[in-house]
Amino acid sequence: MCFPQSTEQLAAAVRVAARHDVPFVARGSGTGLAGGATPLDDALVIVTTQMNRVLEVDPVERMAWVEPGVLNLDLSRAVAHLGLHYAPDPSSQQACTIGGNVGTNAGGPHCLASGVTSAHVLAVDAVLGDGSVARLGGTEPDLPGYDLRGCFVGSEGTMGIAARVAVRLLPNPPVVRTLLLDFTALDDAAATVSGIIAAGIVPAALEMMDAEITRAVEDYVGAGYPRDAAAVLLVEVDGLEDGVAAQVAAITEVGKANGARNVRVAQDEAERALLWKGRKSAFGAIARIAPDYYLHDAVVPRTKLVDVLRQVYRIADEQQLTMMNVFHAGDGNLHPLIVFDAREPGVWQRVHDAGDEILRTCVAAGGVLSGEHGIGMEKRDAMGLIFSPDDLDLQARLRDAFDPSGRANPGKVLPRGSRCGELPRVPEGTWV
Amino acid sequence: MTAPTRDDPLHDGPLDDAIEAVCAAVRAATAVVPVGGRTHWEVGGPAPAGTEVVAPAGIVEYDPAELTVTLGAGTRVGDLDAVLAASGQQCPLDPRHPTATVGGVLATGLSGTRRLRYGPVRNRLLEVHLVTGDGRRVKGGGRTVKNVSGYDVARLVVGSLGTLGVIVQVTLRCEPRPPASAWLTTERPGAEAAAAAFRPATILVQPGTTTVLVEGHPDDIAAETTRLDARPAAGPPRLPQGPFRGRISVSPARVDTVVAEATRIGIGAVGEGGVGTVHVAAPTAESLRAARAIAHGAGGWLLRETGGVGEVDGFGVALPNRAVMARIKDALDPAGVCNPGRLPLHDRPLTSVDPAAGRGFDA
Repeated sequence: MCFPQSTEQLAAAVRVAARHDVPFVARGSGTGLAGGATPLDDALVIVTTQMNRVLEVDPVERMAWVEPGVLNLDLSRAVAHLGLHYAPDPSSQQACTIGGNVGTNAGGPHCLASGVTSAHVLAVDAVLGDGSVARLGGTEPDLPGYDLRGCFVGSEGTMGIAARVAVRLLPNPPVVRTLLLDFTALDDAAATVSGIIAAGIVPAALEMMDAEITRAVEDYVGAGYPRDAAAVLLVEVDGLEDGVAAQVAAITEVGKANGARNVRVAQDEAERALLWKGRKSAFGAIARIAPDYYLHDAVVPRTKLVDVLRQVYRIADEQQLTMMNVFHAGDGNLHPLIVFDAREPGVWQRVHDAGDEILRTCVAAGGVLSGEHGIGMEKRDAMGLIFSPDDLDLQARLRDAFDPSGRANPGKVLPRGSRCGELPRVPEGTWV
Repeated sequence: MTAPTRDDPLHDGPLDDAIEAVCAAVRAATAVVPVGGRTHWEVGGPAPAGTEVVAPAGIVEYDPAELTVTLGAGTRVGDLDAVLAASGQQCPLDPRHPTATVGGVLATGLSGTRRLRYGPVRNRLLEVHLVTGDGRRVKGGGRTVKNVSGYDVARLVVGSLGTLGVIVQVTLRCEPRPPASAWLTTERPGAEAAAAAFRPATILVQPGTTTVLVEGHPDDIAAETTRLDARPAAGPPRLPQGPFRGRISVSPARVDTVVAEATRIGIGAVGEGGVGTVHVAAPTAESLRAARAIAHGAGGWLLRETGGVGEVDGFGVALPNRAVMARIKDALDPAGVCNPGRLPLHDRPLTSVDPAAGRGFDA
């Protein structure tokens, strides 16, 4: 394991791995949930947390060059005085690094309107498998040839390591309004999500929490969430004054028409922050219920949310597991959360089986394996659920073209057998 | 969903048979030349001789509640616009000509002038079906609005100029149409307008005049008009016209300077404030080269869009990280049959220009 402090040291570490022909694995804060930064076998782990400087901020171009170890929230804090922010905001934003965000193509509640990490990365100075440094992308709007920057973002360290990242910064909206809608039926909350989109509104964020997690969060944070709600929606709209006011009115109307019991509009910044604190503390809150949790990440078409959620609860019942749901409803990004005590004999198997079935349910509904956490090791062997052998072969060729050395984080993202002619090995239900 | 009627030019439903026909055509070809609306035909390297292949047109699936649409890549952008507009939605590809096909816009990777608000065209593509040089149909990405499952093959394909395969079917992210929009003009330079306006759709910069498109609530538009010291305009300025056209990419802060420099030497120029694109049109090939020199002087580059094939290089710069790009091309198209020569990936000589294919419809 090594902790480079500069691009040169990072590149040197990769060259050391090359000289000894060992794999290398990039790692930021280690908050990833799919195991992309977990080394397999003998590998050199290159941790970027000591490369944590914001190198340059350009308020006119609204961009910044940062080192990969800069924490997500620290970046937004560093540019707040300029009236700017970095849009992707994973729940782990206090701890996760920009380099890790680039690796996983991370998301967050505010990616509904503004897109996930890939839409916010202008350029990456990447250390490739041979230790050379390549600038992928640039600060000009277009470059000739293939979008290598687009390929690299979300490649989970299998195409190289980001040594410097140029990110786009967004101006803070003049007006922000946050609403909490509470419902006595989950279906009503889901219908409201569809209704908001159908009304021609794409909110800045549109989050749903079910009964169990709402109670857990309220007990933990005391944000004023209704403890008896079947589901709550946290909706945020931003922009200019009159447009925001019209959207707040329209969302209130859609909510009421779909049976919202109460629509609370945060009256000031403190109240708004408290509502968000509830949402962002969800994973802390569940520690009061059981010592362990397994958080899933899958996306389904927005219109299938209710159907899929029902099946998710059925799966939990069948496996006798406690299931909670707190997720990005606006883009159909589900986060079923299984809460359990790992000391209970046999529980891991049931957690795995439930997870496997949830994933298959989401795919059957027209969904995909991951919305923002990535594939890593966790879902590597599930890739065949959504991609054909030809599709996987194409991805394997792309990966090998980017990193002919094969030393960049091998064994992640693509299942064995992805390359045509490679001996397939498909272990049943073993994704961890 | 808004189903096109039988009289519509748009097929409604699966296109698998038509796509299988594309696969068969590709398998039979030694060089594959994907053809869309030919509105960007002269972009990049010379068009190779080979079998011209057309992607199918038609809507495969459109549910407005999903804010996504799946369609044949041969669908004309104007036809797509009409389908989406009927449901109060849009997909702001905004090519110069509505006869451009969706696949053509994606293959050239050229973003429309509302990029400032809606992002580059590469952000629109969620899922792509590609017929690779060996005639296989492969899929990248996924149809949901959010997806990080596997490598971003969709982004790789945008701007690849048909060199990785034929784009046959795509899923695009849509947007609600704004409740109102207005064109405004102001004497403020583009950079100032970009700083003052909130999420404008576009800022078009000409010497002495900046034209801004604002979208949103009518009362907000009125407030923005005041804030920008602007007055209503009839519409956008015409993008520069001429036999030799190009598109400059520079850092956004350089747009005002580049527009001024180009105009000074008789080149028509309209810049996109806050984006860094400058559209230029020159009377001669030599003058287009002069525009390219201005781009290089500002740290950017110029893509030749139309005119000057064989006289002015398509890009004027080496492809960045060409070795990596060449490896990708070789890995995905080992036989080299996909649109050879459209991107200068290798040192090997380019396929000769087909004179019949050398003229586009765009002049």
